[in-house]
Amino acid sequence: MGRTLFSKVWDLHTVRKLPTGQTQLFVGLHLVHEVTSPQAFEMLRARGWNVPFPARTVATVDHIVPTASLERPFADARAEEMLTSLQQNCRDFGVPLHDLGSLEQGIVHVIGPELGLTQPGMTIACGDSHTSTHGAFGALAFGIGTSQVRDVLASQSLALDPLKVRRLDVTGTLAPGVYAKDVILAIIRRLGVKGGVGYAYEYGGEAVSRMSMEERMTLCNMSIEGGARAGYVNPDATTFAYLKGRPAAPSGAAWDRAVAWWASMASDEDARYDDRVTLDTGALEPHVTWGINPGQSVGVSDRVPRASDAAPDARAQVAEALDYMGFSGGETISGTKIDVAFIGSCTNGRLSDLREASRVVKGRKVAPHVKALVVPGSNAVRAAAEKEGLDAIFRDAGFEWRGAGCSMCLAMNPDRLEGRQVCASSSNRNFKGRQGSPTGRTLLMSPAMVAAAALAGEVADVRPMLGGAR
Amino acid sequence: MTLPAIRRVSGTALPLGGDDIDTDRIIPARFLVSITFEGLGAHAFEDDRKAVKAKGQTHPFDDARFWGARILLVNRNFGCGSSREHAPQALYRGGIRAVVGESFSEIFFGNAVAIGLPCVTAPHEAVAELQSLVESAPKSALSVDLEARTLIAEGKTLPVSIPENAREAFLSGNWDGTSMLLERWGEVEAVAKRLPYVTGF
Repeated sequence: MGRTLFSKVWDLHTVRKLPTGQTQLFVGLHLVHEVTSPQAFEMLRARGWNVPFPARTVATVDHIVPTASLERPFADARAEEMLTSLQQNCRDFGVPLHDLGSLEQGIVHVIGPELGLTQPGMTIACGDSHTSTHGAFGALAFGIGTSQVRDVLASQSLALDPLKVRRLDVTGTLAPGVYAKDVILAIIRRLGVKGGVGYAYEYGGEAVSRMSMEERMTLCNMSIEGGARAGYVNPDATTFAYLKGRPAAPSGAAWDRAVAWWASMASDEDARYDDRVTLDTGALEPHVTWGINPGQSVGVSDRVPRASDAAPDARAQVAEALDYMGFSGGETISGTKIDVAFIGSCTNGRLSDLREASRVVKGRKVAPHVKALVVPGSNAVRAAAEKEGLDAIFRDAGFEWRGAGCSMCLAMNPDRLEGRQVCASSSNRNFKGRQGSPTGRTLLMSPAMVAAAALAGEVADVRPMLGGAR
Repeated sequence: MTLPAIRRVSGTALPLGGDDIDTDRIIPARFLVSITFEGLGAHAFEDDRKAVKAKGQTHPFDDARFWGARILLVNRNFGCGSSREHAPQALYRGGIRAVVGESFSEIFFGNAVAIGLPCVTAPHEAVAELQSLVESAPKSALSVDLEARTLIAEGKTLPVSIPENAREAFLSGNWDGTSMLLERWGEVEAVAKRLPYVTGF
């Protein structure tokens, strides 16, 4: 019987079975940012511990970065203190930092792949639930909390229980205007926001094989929204082509050895899975969320559900979501008026996302009542987009073109919704208050759909707006 | 490092209904702009509390009947979403010492164990019954016994579940696990040596 990538990588990184019954798992790469690390570094100081593997640790600043101006000190004194603290911690413990202003700075889940740090067969941890993104390369990547950040800083390992593996076979061909974002929203809608608890998701099938690395990152990024702590795609020629020539990727003779090893870590053909689910995407539509968790979505030509149509045990939850969102139930999702359009985040803030959105925007204008912003996922994405003239396309249409960071995905910087504003967002969470206003409302969708909504001033099907071939 | 063992948590309870309560709701992101966890206790569920108040109702966290509660009663998939440890920290610093629920998100559960906040599960009917008991009699005395894997409510005993490793960690006082991970350092270094990546294949 063959083995899954999960079990190969897990076994390779197992240090020992702990007295508690858990596994001590070695962490091959630890990514650090300013929000979940300061308390961890402080705990190291209190115990007199150091960071024994600084070469396996990389830091950047992303969550709190203002995207309109990088002037120091930041207007928010506490944000300034967080950056100063990260800089000091990295100096004191010898951790490399991709600091503000550097071309390598950006959202931690965007720069890891971009720099070639994220590679197949690795274990990766980061104090952020969207660490699952790195699974796109065939790595096992876990989001962790601050105490575990301390564990990894001090011991380069984690105490974990193994996960079961659910294989998701994604079949069919995505229609133009339908993206990886729509696939993952459809998966979470079907399996639920807690359907993946206890599992790692292995995404495969023809639709995934055809996806670019950036699309695979979008898919894996939202695994956690379906309850799965990790998600991954087996490494293949697409993975290797993406990595070739990246700063941290091997080169020369080492490249060939690396590719052979990476390929050997993929799940075997006859691997045994704990569960299997097939999703056909041939008829998949662009998806839009209508509720307060990422499982509450519909196709763009569908209607918002009524509480009375829900299963009895889900009725109260649907009613709560409708009430918060201001829907009565039964109306079409398209035509929902928006106030803000946000393109960015670790889910959809990469170059291909900006390209797709710019195709929709080119030569058109943002609706007068809409505030629209593009926040590239990293400085490198920003520079590459500017080289292609994408910034001009967005600016001419009336979008604001911002600096790199997490921005309005979770509003830890000055970019936030006000009052009950409705935001068409390419991010990953539509939780109550997520985008910075306690009563703000989020509609999750693909970047191209956000672009369409920005132009129309309301939720609109992007497909008729995408002229020409991709 | 051996910490105080946690065998039993006793006290009054606070019923908080609803499935899929995410960590953004437990502690909104704006309170994460800080280099410490200090002061988080006052802000647990702040936006939910305001929203409920605006409707002229009282959120359980503002309900004087539940003040001083040490045990939080929740439903399914509690603590989903963001990995922020600020969420269990906010609950702990607000006085909560154990959480009883139908199920928990994995990351939340791990974070809670790491700060000494036991989370135990019980079936839907049992949790619903506990929530209505406390709703009608807020001063009911509850006791979560990790050793016996039971919850005693007003003299009635019902079974609860907790993964054995978490239970063992609380009972032995080993719930702060870094020291354990540092114990056999040679084995950690051996794994680092056998990995081809980072060191150049």
